[in-house]
Amino acid sequence: MPGNVTEEVLDVIAATQRMPREKLTLDGRFEELGMDSMDAVNILFALEDKFNITIPDEAAKQIRNIREMVEGVQKLVDAKDAEPLPSAPEQAAQ
Amino acid sequence: MAYRVAITGIGVICAIGNTREEFASGLREGRCGIGGITLADVSGLRFHNGAEVKGYVPEQHFEPRQLDVIDRFAQFAAVAAREAVSDSGIVWTDELRERCAIVTGSCVGGQTSEDQGFWDVYRLGKTRVHPMTIPRTMANAGASYISMDLALPGPAWTVSTACSSSNHAIGQAFHMVRAGDADVALAGGSEATFSFGILKAWEAMRVVSGETCRPFSKDRTGMVLGEGGAILMLEPLERAVARGAKIYAEIVGAGMSADANHITQPSVQGPVRAMRMALRDAGANVDEVEYINAHGTGTEANDATETAAIREVFGGHADRLAVSSTKSMHGHTLGAAGAIEAAATALALRDGFLPPTVNYRVADPRCDLDVVPNVGREAKIACAISNSFAFGGLNAVLLLRRLA
Repeated sequence: MPGNVTEEVLDVIAATQRMPREKLTLDGRFEELGMDSMDAVNILFALEDKFNITIPDEAAKQIRNIREMVEGVQKLVDAKDAEPLPSAPEQAAQ
Repeated sequence: MAYRVAITGIGVICAIGNTREEFASGLREGRCGIGGITLADVSGLRFHNGAEVKGYVPEQHFEPRQLDVIDRFAQFAAVAAREAVSDSGIVWTDELRERCAIVTGSCVGGQTSEDQGFWDVYRLGKTRVHPMTIPRTMANAGASYISMDLALPGPAWTVSTACSSSNHAIGQAFHMVRAGDADVALAGGSEATFSFGILKAWEAMRVVSGETCRPFSKDRTGMVLGEGGAILMLEPLERAVARGAKIYAEIVGAGMSADANHITQPSVQGPVRAMRMALRDAGANVDEVEYINAHGTGTEANDATETAAIREVFGGHADRLAVSSTKSMHGHTLGAAGAIEAAATALALRDGFLPPTVNYRVADPRCDLDVVPNVGREAKIACAISNSFAFGGLNAVLLLRRLA
């Protein structure tokens, strides 16, 4: 996976959580980082805003760690790039 | 001197009935009022279903000039209050009017009107909004219109504690009548949530179901928003009996608490404290309670937490009581939820019939109570509680008894 999405996702999480960037690793689990479900919702919002994607609720519920979050975002970004019209990402992750 | 407090009138308007008796038959049939949202354009939303009031024609209830100044949420409050008053058969005197308290609950008030104003200025680039946007939006508009509509010049105010609003309102009114601070009270709440801006905000929280509301079912997918209103007429039992009024139930206890924990994540201990306080307030034992109208939102966070709280309060008795969520039928009406569900609880006591939790499919070991799945049942119960828990961790619980 291209490194830039990974880095950008980590940046978004650090900024949203007011957390030092170096505390975040790809295998970090949200609960270990002291995040609850509303923190996750805030991060998802920031990611949607940053990448101009729509993250479906069902897909969001499956995410348990940062790696899965990066992979999910990458998939939606790829789908968006492949499909220039702004309506496809919802279906893409079903 | 403490008075016993009777419910002598009920008015309801919600997704499964525009009158109290329609509502009662909806509860009995297990009618689900959830369907496609028509009041707002939902094409840009991830969820498309809600529990809207059906067949409601504002012009049948209000003059056109009134409609210019009364938001839909306040209309529901006034419509429900009229029904509660006429149902109670109360005969007003000037003194009684002045001694009638009005306490309403609402979470978002007239945000639909506010949303329209914002749409006009931000989206459509208009230079002015409707001049009645402020009085339409204020959360106390329900209480205000009830007082104007029914000519009741006594104490009147509004409580806003998100999804517990109208349980707090009824609890306060109950305590006022019990203490003799008011001779009679109209208490309840109303909500009208279907406008695009509010729906977008709910969408962003990721707690609203894309399909339907399945409280306590393992495959639940979240809450479904609803709208409506309910108002109860409360008066001292002795006076109600003396004038030959019909009595739905007696309110015997109200309990309130704060989680003092997290702004959205529910706790077990907050609801435990509120239920225990209601029981103490009533002087009731846990084994007297036979039915709980649950907060039961159908979200991941609520249902397991509420089950744990009920188990902690009721111990072994939790396996002998019935617990249902009527939100599965009328949706989550936010600030009106407590009032609509208190009405459902009073009707369960009157009719000897427990309303079901509909849309239930899969047992969840974390929600292992008798949730009256899908089909209601006859049960001549004598004592029931109605739970409301809110974002912000503010909980309110009512305890009702059938008159022996």
